[in-house]
Amino acid sequence: MKVLVPVKRVVDYNVKVRVKSDGTGVELSHVKMSMNPFDEIAVEEALRLKEAGIATEVVAVSIGPAQASETLRTALAMGADRGILVKTDATVEPLAVAKILKAVIAEEAPRLVILGKQAIDDDANQTGQMLAALLGWGQGTFASKVVIDGDAVLVTREIDGGAQTVRLALPAIVTTDLRLNEPRYASLPNIMKAKKKPIDEKSPDGYGVDVAPRLKVLTTAEPAGRKAGVKVGSVSELVAKLKDEAGVI
Amino acid sequence: MQTYQPPLRDMRFVLHELHGSDTLKDMKGCEDITPDLIDAVLEEAGKLVTEVLAPLNPVGDAEGCKYENGVVRTPTGFKDAYKTYVEGGWNGIACDPEWGGQGLPASVTKFIEEMMCSANLSFGLYPGLTHGAYQAIVSHAPQELKERFLPKMVEGIWSGTMCLTEPHCGTDLGLLRTKAEPQGDGSYKITGSKIFISAGEHDLTENIIHLVLARLPNAPKGVKGISLFLVPKFLPKEDGTPGPRNGVLCTGIEHKMGLNGSATCQLSLDEATGWLVGEPHKGMRAMFTMMNSERLSVGTQGLGVGEAAYQSAVAYAKERLQGRALTGAKYPDKPADPIIVHPDVRRSLMTMRAYNEGCRALSGWVARNLDLMERSNDPEERQNAEDFTALMTPIVKALFTDLGFTNASMGVQVYGGHGYIRDHGVEQYVRDARIAMIYEGTNGVQALDLVGRKLPAHMGRYLRSFFHPVLAYIDSKLDDENLGPLVGPLGKAFGALQLATGHIAEKGLKDPDEAGAAATDYLRLFGLVALGYMWVRMADVAFQKRAEANGEAAFYEAKIATARFYIDRLLPEVAGLWGSIKAGKAAMMALDDAAF
Ligand SMILES: Cc1cc2nc3c(=O)[nH]c(=O)nc-3n(C[C@H](O)[C@H](O)[C@H](O)COP(=O)(O)OP(=O)(O)OC[C@H]3O[C@@H](n4cnc5c(N)ncnc54)[C@H](O)[C@@H]3O)c2cc1C
Ligand SMILES: Cc1cc2nc3c(=O)[nH]c(=O)nc-3n(C[C@H](O)[C@H](O)[C@H](O)COP(=O)(O)OP(=O)(O)OC[C@H]3O[C@@H](n4cnc5c(N)ncnc54)[C@H](O)[C@@H]3O)c2cc1C
Repeated sequence: MKVLVPVKRVVDYNVKVRVKSDGTGVELSHVKMSMNPFDEIAVEEALRLKEAGIATEVVAVSIGPAQASETLRTALAMGADRGILVKTDATVEPLAVAKILKAVIAEEAPRLVILGKQAIDDDANQTGQMLAALLGWGQGTFASKVVIDGDAVLVTREIDGGAQTVRLALPAIVTTDLRLNEPRYASLPNIMKAKKKPIDEKSPDGYGVDVAPRLKVLTTAEPAGRKAGVKVGSVSELVAKLKDEAGVI
Repeated sequence: MQTYQPPLRDMRFVLHELHGSDTLKDMKGCEDITPDLIDAVLEEAGKLVTEVLAPLNPVGDAEGCKYENGVVRTPTGFKDAYKTYVEGGWNGIACDPEWGGQGLPASVTKFIEEMMCSANLSFGLYPGLTHGAYQAIVSHAPQELKERFLPKMVEGIWSGTMCLTEPHCGTDLGLLRTKAEPQGDGSYKITGSKIFISAGEHDLTENIIHLVLARLPNAPKGVKGISLFLVPKFLPKEDGTPGPRNGVLCTGIEHKMGLNGSATCQLSLDEATGWLVGEPHKGMRAMFTMMNSERLSVGTQGLGVGEAAYQSAVAYAKERLQGRALTGAKYPDKPADPIIVHPDVRRSLMTMRAYNEGCRALSGWVARNLDLMERSNDPEERQNAEDFTALMTPIVKALFTDLGFTNASMGVQVYGGHGYIRDHGVEQYVRDARIAMIYEGTNGVQALDLVGRKLPAHMGRYLRSFFHPVLAYIDSKLDDENLGPLVGPLGKAFGALQLATGHIAEKGLKDPDEAGAAATDYLRLFGLVALGYMWVRMADVAFQKRAEANGEAAFYEAKIATARFYIDRLLPEVAGLWGSIKAGKAAMMALDDAAF
């Protein structure tokens, strides 16, 4: 069984993001970039399936600029077998990503696609769902457990107030939540080997996908600073404020 | 708060831009070592070090190691962290692929060492000693011992130690008493007591391989009668797994000023089985192979701790509000300005920064020579590199560890009273950094090594490997428009170094006490000139890159400013040192022992 894992290059989670002075977006030049953390979890899950003898090949795919190949190398260093870079310098929205992935899937024919539930840059949380819809495949989103059962996959999902397990016929789409696993550190020998693993380069045009944005960003702004708190003198004053001013009790 | 992120940008600067990593791949065994691979390795190492090792640094300090009935437990979390480290293949990073290592050049691995020292010095000692033992075995042990022990040590499931020190002998190993009796079957029975043995006993690995200095029967007195033996904690069985317990027992651990996560052990050897490494009575020579590389590593410890202290101090200086800038409030909306506005706080921060980045650059230069010495195809280049490393080893060891301690102490100063109390973790840096000035040959002994061995060696040949390139560089840049203001003072300091060298050669030849009295000042003078040379070269690169530095101009501007600070504010110490050296031993040796 082949597993496809899309991985996105995003601003590293440690970076304190700053909005560009003209409000067109956030500052990305000379900022540390890394693999989207949810995608690391996706790669890890695919590798575990391979180590368990269930997956035969793990293919990582990234859609983005030339530097996204570094993100693919990270996936290869963790243990993925090969990479596909769909190179574009454009901003690619979730729908376009889903369309490109659909085209990649048509060529690669994986039985399982594991994505992160969202990317920590734009937090869209849409790609996996859109991809499932475009393909007409089942989807198990926000997965905290993934078990392959013959021709199906059992996905335990994190939902409001608990967990839900769904059974999907393969091929299927899974998106990862934080609790699914703890991604490994790439081992030194694997980092060295990753250099020799193949990365195919493709383009959105080659797949016949128009990546032109469908959305228009009006402005980007820093969140407002937190306002100073108030000190209350007594418990009864606190209760009164919660009742009258905050209206929460 | 202990604050640390690997200074990857600066490391890339030193590696790629200052020393040119693109030529690494021309060396033997480095065919795959390209800049992008190096970056990937450094980045992943940085992740491991910050996420796994750094959080355990204060834990190890607070808990220390625990001794009970011959067994030593490392602090909470060390075992798991060690497992992660070993499973990631990092233990063998610098080891020969023949024994399962990754064979990366020192030019790369030195930076990873630095990161480990910054994140958790105590932890780093365990693999550090294994690597030292690995080197002695690789260079001197018979093939059969190599095959039996190296693969597991390289993998990291067995660790190593170096057992030199005894209660009555530290610096003066000629006094060593531990005995070795030949058994007729090629093995020896070793009896004696060793103290201060780092990683002598612990729970991180299934076996510990001690390298022990001891005397054979009828050995000549002094250092010429010492041999080196390999003594495992568990004697390996035929299948290579640990077998019966050998007669080497941990009888206690030390309670120390710092480095608490590292077990410093008393070992009692009672007819322990061991095998000879190298030739009889040539143990010191074998030990010195590993001592030299270990000395460079201890220098890196100074740099590592100094860097962590610097980063922690910067974080605090931006946040602590106290007083107003002398020129008027800079942050009028706040109750006071952050202390980073004050010139005196700047003095500390810039000093730390200039020492750290200067040492990192010098470390990169020495590492490149370590690689050339082992891997160059040109015999002349190999010889020159060997001369240079021999010359620079005592300087790196003593200067870096002195500066590391200075930096750690300055870090506490920036924190004020909040640095002196335990909560912020920066006083740990002071306590941890202190040992690096003592072990692997005290810094005083390093200075004697420089003056007594390295200067006179081959009629001063080692000196050429430093003096020639520096002189040529200064000459070539005197008229450089940008560099002129930096090269002038460097030239003057270099002149003082030449004078001091001549002075010591002349006076020291007549009276060794004169050489001894000048040694420590001379080593520091030499080291400060070496850092000065690095700083001008760094500024040189920064001036060139500044123009085309899309978006990174700030990085290069900072380099240039720090170079100016070093040359203007720190390098002048050279003049004072030269003054002290010139004054000679007279006042220093005047008092009778009884007058103290
Ligand atoms: C935490 C820790 C870990 C250690 N780990 C190890 C280890 O793993 N293996 C190991 O074998 N040892 C280890 N040591 C021992 C360490 O290497 C010695 O402490 C060191 O070599 C100094 O020896 P000493 O303590 O006996 O001091 P001494 O030799 O007594 O020196 C005392 C002072 O006299 C000076 N001095 C001595 N002789 C001379 C001289 N001829 N000229 C000028 N000055 C001189 C020294 O510079 C020093 O300032 C460790 C020590 C510590 C504290
Ligand atoms: C063990 C101990 C005992 C103590 N005992 C007492 C006691 O009995 N009574 C008591 O009242 N206090 C006591 N203190 C507090 C001590 O006096 C303060 O810690 C000290 O005055 C420094 O203040 P701070 O810690 O707030 O550092 P900060 O004032 O925050 O200083 C931090 C750093 O910024 C620098 N800095 C601050 N302002 C300026 C400026 N304007 N220009 C240049 N540099 C500046 C400082 O030099 C320092 O390097 C004690 C502290 C300790 C640790």
